[in-house]
Amino acid sequence: MTELTSLLYPITVFVLAVLIGFEVISKVPATLHTPLMSGANSIHGIVLVGGMFIAATADSPLLYLLSFVAIVFGAANVVGGYVVTDRMLQMFRRKPVAAKAGADGAPGAGQAQG
Amino acid sequence: MTYENVYPFVWLAWLAGAACFILGLHFMNSPATARNGNRLSAAGMAVAVVATGVLLLAQGAPALAWAIIVVGFLIGGAAGLVTARTVPMTAMPQLVSVFNAVGGGAAALVAIDDFITHGEAGGASVSTTLFVVLGVVIGSVTFSGSLVASGKLQGIISGKPILFPGSRLLTVALGLIALFGTLGLVFSATGTVKLDPMVADLVLVAIIGAALVFGITMVLPIGGADMPVVISLLNAFTGTAAAMAGFVIDNPVLIIAGALVGASGGILTKLMADAMNRSILNIMVGGFGGGDHAAGGATGGTGGTVRQIGADDAAIQLAYAERVIIVPGYGLAVAQAQHACRELGELLEERGVDVKYAIHPVAGRMPGHMNVLLAEANVPYPLLREMDEINPEFDRADVVLVVGANDVTNPAARRPGNPVSGMPILDVDHARSIVVIKRGAGRGYAGIDNELYTNPKTGMLYADAKDGLAQLTAAVKAL
Repeated sequence: MTELTSLLYPITVFVLAVLIGFEVISKVPATLHTPLMSGANSIHGIVLVGGMFIAATADSPLLYLLSFVAIVFGAANVVGGYVVTDRMLQMFRRKPVAAKAGADGAPGAGQAQG
Repeated sequence: MTYENVYPFVWLAWLAGAACFILGLHFMNSPATARNGNRLSAAGMAVAVVATGVLLLAQGAPALAWAIIVVGFLIGGAAGLVTARTVPMTAMPQLVSVFNAVGGGAAALVAIDDFITHGEAGGASVSTTLFVVLGVVIGSVTFSGSLVASGKLQGIISGKPILFPGSRLLTVALGLIALFGTLGLVFSATGTVKLDPMVADLVLVAIIGAALVFGITMVLPIGGADMPVVISLLNAFTGTAAAMAGFVIDNPVLIIAGALVGASGGILTKLMADAMNRSILNIMVGGFGGGDHAAGGATGGTGGTVRQIGADDAAIQLAYAERVIIVPGYGLAVAQAQHACRELGELLEERGVDVKYAIHPVAGRMPGHMNVLLAEANVPYPLLREMDEINPEFDRADVVLVVGANDVTNPAARRPGNPVSGMPILDVDHARSIVVIKRGAGRGYAGIDNELYTNPKTGMLYADAKDGLAQLTAAVKAL
């Protein structure tokens, strides 16, 4: 019974977090779905923290290896995920109004590409 | 700096990190704040990771552990950074899938590690065993499944549904092995079943193997165009696996972040499936678009003739129109023609034509993928219109330019009895005139003829999306 009791708190957190997830995410417009998927994808890289814990308690070659690979994977997920999401979102910008009004503005629209 | 003193502050830092994830996702509601939202989320991640480092420092983690953490982080981080920076925008979905795979792999490894550690400590509690094994199963399925999905999008593995005799049976058998293995380990934790530790390890290995192969056989029969839905589903899986790991090590940030991603992936998966008018189950069963449906053709009216049109004629129509709607599709993404498309759009705008872009929810390879591609080419996002918003405007459009889109424009979807029936489509056929740039006379993903092409109002410009757009641009300039 005590085991179930000790689970009550994490299960509560889990259920509330799921509901928050539904609430926050159902408001996102379709335009942003790909960046959203990518952004959510980087968030589960938090498993990196789990990798750090298992590395700290590892005491055999097998565990060293497993925790090392877990950290490499987790770090790739986190860093790559955030950078790629930022790269996508960087493109969501309005064309500067001035660029259209000014006569010299036309080539300016292309500048940001480089 | 003792462990007891540090722990409450580390816990608060984890909470702060989790709050940043939630707020970050909230800011992704609007293109204007989305980038800051992602940065806030990244900052939360940095806080959570640094706080964990502080806790390990206070715990007095051995030097070897630090070496593993630092070297592992540098290698993984560098690999992630380089690929994220260099991969072209069109390959983005594959890349997200690869990152998802390594995330799932990491979750599985953490769970495996916990299993070994708890096993040595003299057996784990029932709940720990359950969460550990669930983490192993979900993480392993995600790892192999995401890699196959990525391979299909990249073209390393055929995008066609791959089915071999007995493949469904194999998938079911693997699922049963994983299920019974899990039950066996959980019952051994309750003491109902006595398992030798050696045997328990073997059972875990069997579960891992079954889950890895299950991931492969689950994704192989699914067609390439359904991969976004699959990736989204696997994304949700990884989140759940991370939450399971959170339960095992009793860590709030893992539980919250994992649950958030599980919920978001679930919603996205459903939105994508809805946009294609298919149930998630239908997609997961697979085999769609394999050619079987093409033969069962209640398509009707396919006998019509196709009218070809030259680039010069099409250019005249476009240049002297008042309202033009461009419908970009999968073919544009494949040909990487987004810059050519923007160039033509701008040229027409300079001539005073009102240009808008109609974006079907599943245009490209993921919801929103087309928006990203066009945004990359500097098409201002206010010009990109979603399906429900643009559909009434087709009635008033002088010319619709369809670039590499097929099934999402097929009027047959309005009739029952064919593979695209009921799919929400863009009402392209309502326009006064239609120009379709298409590589060849082939069929779309659903494997049926597009009645739009035989419509007398439609002119077909057979060309690669990029070449076709370049021809049109040159022809408009020459006017």
